[in-house]
Amino acid sequence: MTKGFRIAFRFSIVAIAAIAAILMASVILWMIGADVSDTFYIIIFQPLTNMLHLSEVLIRAIPLCIIALGISVAYRSGIINIGAEGQMAMGLLAFTGVALAFPDVPRPLLLPLAMIASMIGGGVWGFIPGILKAKLNVSELLSTVMLNYIAAQFYSLCLRTIYLDPAEQVYGTGTPQSMRLTENIWLGRISGRLHYGIIIALVLAVLIYILMWKTTIGYKMRASGSGARAARYGGISVGFYLAASMAISGAFAGFAGGVELAGVHRRAIEGITNNYGFSGVVVALFGGLHPFGIIPASFLFGLLIYGSTLAPSQVGVPANIVQVMQGIIIIVIVTAQMVLSNTYFQDRVWRKYQALRKKEG
Amino acid sequence: MDNRIRSLKMEHITKRFPGVLASDDISISVGEGEVLALVGENGAGKTTLMNILMGLYQPDEGRILINDQPVRFRGPEDAFKAGLGMVHQTYMLVPNMTVTENVALGYRNTGKKRYDIKEVRKRIEEVSSQYELLVNPDAYIWQLSVGEQQKVELVKTLCLGARFLILDEPTSALTPQEVDELIVLLQRMTKELSIIFISHKLQEVKALSDKVTILRHGKVVFSGNTSEHSPQEIAAKMTGHEIILPRNAGSAKAGATVLSVENAVVMSDRKIPALNGLNLEIRAGEIVGLAGVSGNGQRELAEAINGLRKTESGRIVFLGEDIANCSPREIIDRGMGYIPEERNTEGIVPPFSIKENFVLKDIASPSFSSNGFVNGKKIDSTAEKLVSRFDIRCPGIDTAAGSLSGGNIQKVILAREIERKPKFLVAVYPTRGLDMGAVEFIHSELLKIRESGIGILLISEELDEIMNLSDRIAVIYKGVIQKVLDKNEATRERLGILMAGVKEE
Repeated sequence: MTKGFRIAFRFSIVAIAAIAAILMASVILWMIGADVSDTFYIIIFQPLTNMLHLSEVLIRAIPLCIIALGISVAYRSGIINIGAEGQMAMGLLAFTGVALAFPDVPRPLLLPLAMIASMIGGGVWGFIPGILKAKLNVSELLSTVMLNYIAAQFYSLCLRTIYLDPAEQVYGTGTPQSMRLTENIWLGRISGRLHYGIIIALVLAVLIYILMWKTTIGYKMRASGSGARAARYGGISVGFYLAASMAISGAFAGFAGGVELAGVHRRAIEGITNNYGFSGVVVALFGGLHPFGIIPASFLFGLLIYGSTLAPSQVGVPANIVQVMQGIIIIVIVTAQMVLSNTYFQDRVWRKYQALRKKEG
Repeated sequence: MDNRIRSLKMEHITKRFPGVLASDDISISVGEGEVLALVGENGAGKTTLMNILMGLYQPDEGRILINDQPVRFRGPEDAFKAGLGMVHQTYMLVPNMTVTENVALGYRNTGKKRYDIKEVRKRIEEVSSQYELLVNPDAYIWQLSVGEQQKVELVKTLCLGARFLILDEPTSALTPQEVDELIVLLQRMTKELSIIFISHKLQEVKALSDKVTILRHGKVVFSGNTSEHSPQEIAAKMTGHEIILPRNAGSAKAGATVLSVENAVVMSDRKIPALNGLNLEIRAGEIVGLAGVSGNGQRELAEAINGLRKTESGRIVFLGEDIANCSPREIIDRGMGYIPEERNTEGIVPPFSIKENFVLKDIASPSFSSNGFVNGKKIDSTAEKLVSRFDIRCPGIDTAAGSLSGGNIQKVILAREIERKPKFLVAVYPTRGLDMGAVEFIHSELLKIRESGIGILLISEELDEIMNLSDRIAVIYKGVIQKVLDKNEATRERLGILMAGVKEE
């Protein structure tokens, strides 16, 4: 098989996949009577045209990236964390709690303290399903989803009771939100609403790379995930690393909540988690469970999420339809990845191609 | 309707997999009532060829002829309809169903719209009396021994109307007595059936087959009448060179006791005692072979010694200290080496590279890491050294270990355990399913370890392996040691009787 053929093969598969995705999405848009080309332009290219749009895309990529990094750690250790949504909520609560409790502590002390609190909040929420799985073999799919519900309701409850902005009570608007948090926990902004969380996310990606591939802890986690039985036979305490990986995973989700609060919202309101916990799973898988794949993947998904907010106002396409299109794109890309990794198929195409050439020559 | 298979031919079969030519222009032919032995090392392409015959794979080139008519099997259903039946190496039976129900399950593939269980039962009785294959139609599969399960597989295949049998390594899990029984049974069946059987055990090939076809690297290297060739000749043709398995010729120079198991009671996965107060003692520099039909407590013994299974009572004394119920880590650190039964799931982490698998037990030791950071260079250089010393055939040290052949995987495990310089080694079925070349290598390595003064507990079902390597042979039956024999006292017959549970006077 020549190198040229391999490149041509990959390129044609990707091209076919892209065309298929565009065609399917176009049919849907055409059925609801939208302007097909305008819609594509709005959701895919317009966000890249100016700094304001671009920074909005990046803002959404930051929590996605941090959460996906955590999920990749758990996934590689053999446990599927779909509880990042709840872990993020617990991180938000812990962060807000510290900020409300110590408004006068100076920034160099308070900001790290609140960030650590958010990690602990999420970490504990991740550790629970981890230890349940390790000790009692409770399915993490069950426990993480259930803990998501608990966290969401608990978050909601706190916003309406102990965290409720005193001003809201005075004016009686009753919006469930905390007061604006002290400036001592704000993260600085680079441009527009884009905050320094982006640097944090990139640094974390490098740290995760080092943890998973350069340390003995990472080695043991990966061994537990790729062959639990062999790891146990090799003297690795699989249960311990399972629980630890879930604690790390939860801590990342909680930390993503803290960064989101400190950088963007600066007060606890409903809807901050914004399904990032679930999108994070897709981003992690899409990025090949590798930090350097997760970075571009989170940018892509940030783009799609932001695009879906633009579409309703600019071309009158409901956000739901944009989500349907996202679903199609994801399925097509995943399918293309599977085809590309099937060397047997590639081999067959190569032989057909050679047979064709022989006939002509 | 005359639906007999008078002849079956496969002509010029070629099948490619990515990067491998699994079958290269293979032709075989079997006449009515003939037995063809398909012989070859692992990876020679025997199973691939049979899967093509059963319609599981489509050949890239070549054709199949039955009674000189070309046929095309798009799937196993087509092959069943043509009268071919295959008994796989691992039995395809549902353990918590009865024999009758298992046979009935197969009826779905024959195209019958409905089946009634009484009819299936009647058919089973017909078939078992016709071929003298005695099975109890109401027994549950889990109650049956491996040999009995195989009979069920045969009955199932015959009930479905097979007139041509394909047997994939039919004797690999049987006791010597069961093997003899099976050979007699198959000889009787050849009056009405033709058989292809895959094997790499030459005694059976000699005893049973009329013709033999030898495959090597996907090619037919030899085809001829079995009676005209000696087992040695066939073995040499199979491997491409003469193979003489090494023997333990050294005199016993055993030292102090290294491992002693005292009255150990250990539960199986089903929570019934698998070891019932087992006693065994192994000294430095000797190989003790543990002979027995699998499922008599071998797995539980090996796991208990390595801390992977709870010891309910009794002691396991290793170098003077009781290690019963210590963690696997502690036992590894005390110098226990272990070649586990399931090399693909217990011995290696399959997606991990070869070099990563070499350090599975020692990643945290100062030789491969410092302050929690792995030392990549050290791991690489060790891996290069081991790959060349143990002649592990692989594209490189970064290749996923799971993609290697069974023999090479076993070499990876062996290399890791030997490199750790163990003080004792537990080897469980170390050569199961390996070809002669790999067996030769592993046996000579085990003997080298013995020479260096390390005790070995060798658990195996292969009597030849045990008799060739051991200084002493212990026979296990239902969780206790029946008897310990010196290697000079042991004969195949004597061991076979002990393995079947008969007590000696």
